[in-house]
Amino acid sequence: MKKLGVSLLSLGVAAGVGLGSFVTTGSAQAAWEPKKPIEFVIMAGKGGGADKLARFIQSLIEKNKLSPKPFIPVNKGGGSGAEALTYLKSKSGDPHVVMATLNSLYTTPLRQPGLGVDIATFTPITRMAEDTFQLWVNSETSIKTVDDYVAAVKKAGPAAWKMGGTGKGAEDSLVTAMLEKKFGIKMTYIPYKGGGTVAKELVGNQINSTVNNPSEQVGFWDAGRSRPLASFTPKGKITGKFGAIPTFAELGYGDDMVYYMQRSVIAPSDIDDEVRDFYVGVFEKVYKSDEWQNYMKSKGLIPGWLTGKALTDYFVEEQAKHKELLMATGDIK
Amino acid sequence: MDILNLLMGGFAITFEPLNLGLVIFGCTVGLFIGAMPGLGSVNGVAILLPMTFLVPPTSAVIFLAAIYYGAMYGGAISSIMLGIPGASTAVATTFDGRPMALKGQADKALIAAAVASFVGGSISVVLFTGFAPLLAEVALKFGPPEQFALMLMAFATFIGLGGDDIPKTFFSIMIGLALSAVGLDIISGEPRLIFFDLPGFFHGINFLVLAIGIYGIGEMLWTVEVSKGNVEMSKATVTIARTLAALKDIAKTWKTMLMGSVLGYFVGILPAAGATPGALMAYGIAKSTAKDPDSFGKGNVAGVVAPESANNAASTGSMLPMLTLGIPGSPTTAILLGGMVIWGLEPGPLLFVQHEEFVWGLIASLYAANFFALIINIAFIPAFIMVLKMPFTILAPIIFCLCVVGGYVPTQDMHDVWLMLIFGIVGYLMRKLDYPLAPAVLAIVLGPIAEPTMRQSLIGSHGDITIFFTRPISGAIMVVAILLLLMPLIKIYKNRNKANGGPEKTV
Amino acid sequence: MRRAELVMALCLAAFSVYLMIKSMELPVGWVRGEGPGGGAFPFWLGAGMLICCIAIIVRWAKRTSVQSQSTEPFMDKDTLRMFITIGGSLTVMIGAIHVIGVYFALPLFLMFYLRFLGRHTWRLTAAVAVAVPVFTFFFFEIALLKTLPKGFTEPLFYPLYDMFL
Repeated sequence: MKKLGVSLLSLGVAAGVGLGSFVTTGSAQAAWEPKKPIEFVIMAGKGGGADKLARFIQSLIEKNKLSPKPFIPVNKGGGSGAEALTYLKSKSGDPHVVMATLNSLYTTPLRQPGLGVDIATFTPITRMAEDTFQLWVNSETSIKTVDDYVAAVKKAGPAAWKMGGTGKGAEDSLVTAMLEKKFGIKMTYIPYKGGGTVAKELVGNQINSTVNNPSEQVGFWDAGRSRPLASFTPKGKITGKFGAIPTFAELGYGDDMVYYMQRSVIAPSDIDDEVRDFYVGVFEKVYKSDEWQNYMKSKGLIPGWLTGKALTDYFVEEQAKHKELLMATGDIK
Repeated sequence: MDILNLLMGGFAITFEPLNLGLVIFGCTVGLFIGAMPGLGSVNGVAILLPMTFLVPPTSAVIFLAAIYYGAMYGGAISSIMLGIPGASTAVATTFDGRPMALKGQADKALIAAAVASFVGGSISVVLFTGFAPLLAEVALKFGPPEQFALMLMAFATFIGLGGDDIPKTFFSIMIGLALSAVGLDIISGEPRLIFFDLPGFFHGINFLVLAIGIYGIGEMLWTVEVSKGNVEMSKATVTIARTLAALKDIAKTWKTMLMGSVLGYFVGILPAAGATPGALMAYGIAKSTAKDPDSFGKGNVAGVVAPESANNAASTGSMLPMLTLGIPGSPTTAILLGGMVIWGLEPGPLLFVQHEEFVWGLIASLYAANFFALIINIAFIPAFIMVLKMPFTILAPIIFCLCVVGGYVPTQDMHDVWLMLIFGIVGYLMRKLDYPLAPAVLAIVLGPIAEPTMRQSLIGSHGDITIFFTRPISGAIMVVAILLLLMPLIKIYKNRNKANGGPEKTV
Repeated sequence: MRRAELVMALCLAAFSVYLMIKSMELPVGWVRGEGPGGGAFPFWLGAGMLICCIAIIVRWAKRTSVQSQSTEPFMDKDTLRMFITIGGSLTVMIGAIHVIGVYFALPLFLMFYLRFLGRHTWRLTAAVAVAVPVFTFFFFEIALLKTLPKGFTEPLFYPLYDMFL
């Protein structure tokens, strides 16, 4: 128990130091400050891409002492984020909650209208980045280009060609639908629990292709076990080594083969402007840190600082796009 | 001998003063976290992750490995002393650990758990050192059909755990599986079984809610009833003579320990399986191969040794897919994985090449953590026994409070606390009627692996069920699983013919 | 005991039926080329549970299971009183957490249990009732950073957070 005491003490000291530095760097006007630890709700389960990213952001806040009270990550991934959305809705006006979101922010309210969630009512804080998608195959295959890929899928037939991804109606399945439509091909889509598992199944030859995010495949790519064929991004948006992967547009398949995973932070509706400004300030410091900038570069993320009304507009626009996508796949009517 | 040199280098890193201090500190903290009902190694690692940013990555992972091991040891403590498994990995430890504590052998059970954990950890570290890269490739061969076959095998080993009342045993397994289906159907992405449209069901029913409900609240009610509210829970004392005698008895179970360790390690390295099925299978095998299988469940020391050696071996094993493939073998390694990314390390096939120092520092620290966890654990046994000697009317309300807090913490949702209370009360009533409840608790852990893997396999094969038998690894496991499934059924049938209408006994 | 066995089996059978109905929100059959649908797993488990309940009832009617032969009462008077007091006080405590928070509900429960059920001295009762929440606060909120529900008493904790976090 003594040890625990020591840890308490060290935590206390660390927090004290954090408080001190905040007070000196904070603005002169009476800005709002959190009175208790802040709940940092994550719209996905433990261990996935969104969770890793949110915990990385939290660790940067902690490490660089960007907030006088700690951010505490809480996973509410149930029902593809339905749990998190209902929770945030119920927390209207609560200044001590923020939420890390992904694209289920758009799709879940569309697929489950019973939730009664209107995402435009939430307070936008910031968009930290946009994650990207690539088309991946196992490096043991002879498939080197998108043309090879299309030929191979056609040759194998819809029953034998297995595309791995996350659940039906989730991002991976939408990207797969885009592929199928563009090239007039059909694949067997196998849903897995998370992108990490999908990546591993590709390397283990359990499935034939995936549309993973860079962070999920980067380890296997470096080891020469998997191969990216093309990026679902506009030309020249990604920097770093993922920028070297050709985009579908560059390869001449048109500009419509683009899909992003947004990584934004939002707060409940009806919070005070000072509260919102506080969070925008915290995340701005995270965004500008070298750690975050390097992380985006090495993980193929597109920098995308966006805040205020512009962010809400972006959400509404993206949700409309997703509505079309989901209607096209028959996931909603 | 390259590997040996690397390992020695790893030890040198581990025994640097800062790292050694972190190992000891981590083990102690882990022990207490693990001993709390509701908190297991997952919570310990997740919670203390942010603290590791103050030290270099190698020290950080050493610290977290120490917490992991400490918590694994600690899980056995609450299983034995309170009968509440702190984590799913320790469920099997309650089967014999709890009866031993009630017989006044809590000290022996705790020592057995500590020694078995140590042996399991040691053997698995040796296996890890020798076969890591090779086994990583084997793990890749495990697709959905193989994982489903493995789950079936795990079910087969614990079907014999129930009582002789077959309908009640099957009911218990099935309700556990059904509860595990609550939440989200990951294949279709649709919410499923949202009872009364309560949003709390979106995240499914956490294993801990059921376990704390049944083993915490239900078990306490049962104990209060049996004891008429006022007895000491255990009369164990700790003396050197008793400890030596206990060690002697424990040494006799070396075969079980060896079996548990090897089995646990191999199950642990398989992606997604983790330590729980390993511990269960070890218990099942120890029971079915023993000369006196009937003494299991009544306080046989081998029944503590088998799951404890297996779950510790498995926790080392589950590091393997994490390090080599970047996929977590258990929820705890999922958090560790997140940590590695934050420290700027890229888990995956290249880790062994690019960050040798980190990998071998981790392996060596696993070993050191194991050793210190053993010492610290044994040092605290008298303190734990003291707690047990408190009058029950003081202990019981405190345990109720711990259950309530422990039920809330994992999901931070009061919905789960209410659910836990309901499970506790219904579980108590069912227990009075001799419904075996352990199968339900285990089923809720394995269900979320078994169902999706089965359906993924079938989507891949377009509904052709022969896929489970035509793939070599999956086929072999399926055959073993089916044989195991039939065995206890034949046994039960025989027993029934032998002693028809005899007294029925449940775990 | 005999009546309890039947009542329990009937309740569980009712739950099984409810489970099956609830599962039917998703396809429960075999989807061609895909295997079982999303509701199939819980639906057929529900069906299996129902069969088990029927078997239990049949055994009850034939008096083959131990419980159906037993003439002992399911709960004697003392047990029933214990069950109601403890179960009731737990329910009240959990309900109270929503309103007055963990740090007031736990001590009240502990005081009730120790003083009125355990008949311990006031001194011991007070010591435990103070020690448990204090330990809980420092262990969970400060060391492990897990916030617990506090109901309307929340503002009382702001100064503590300022001091320790």
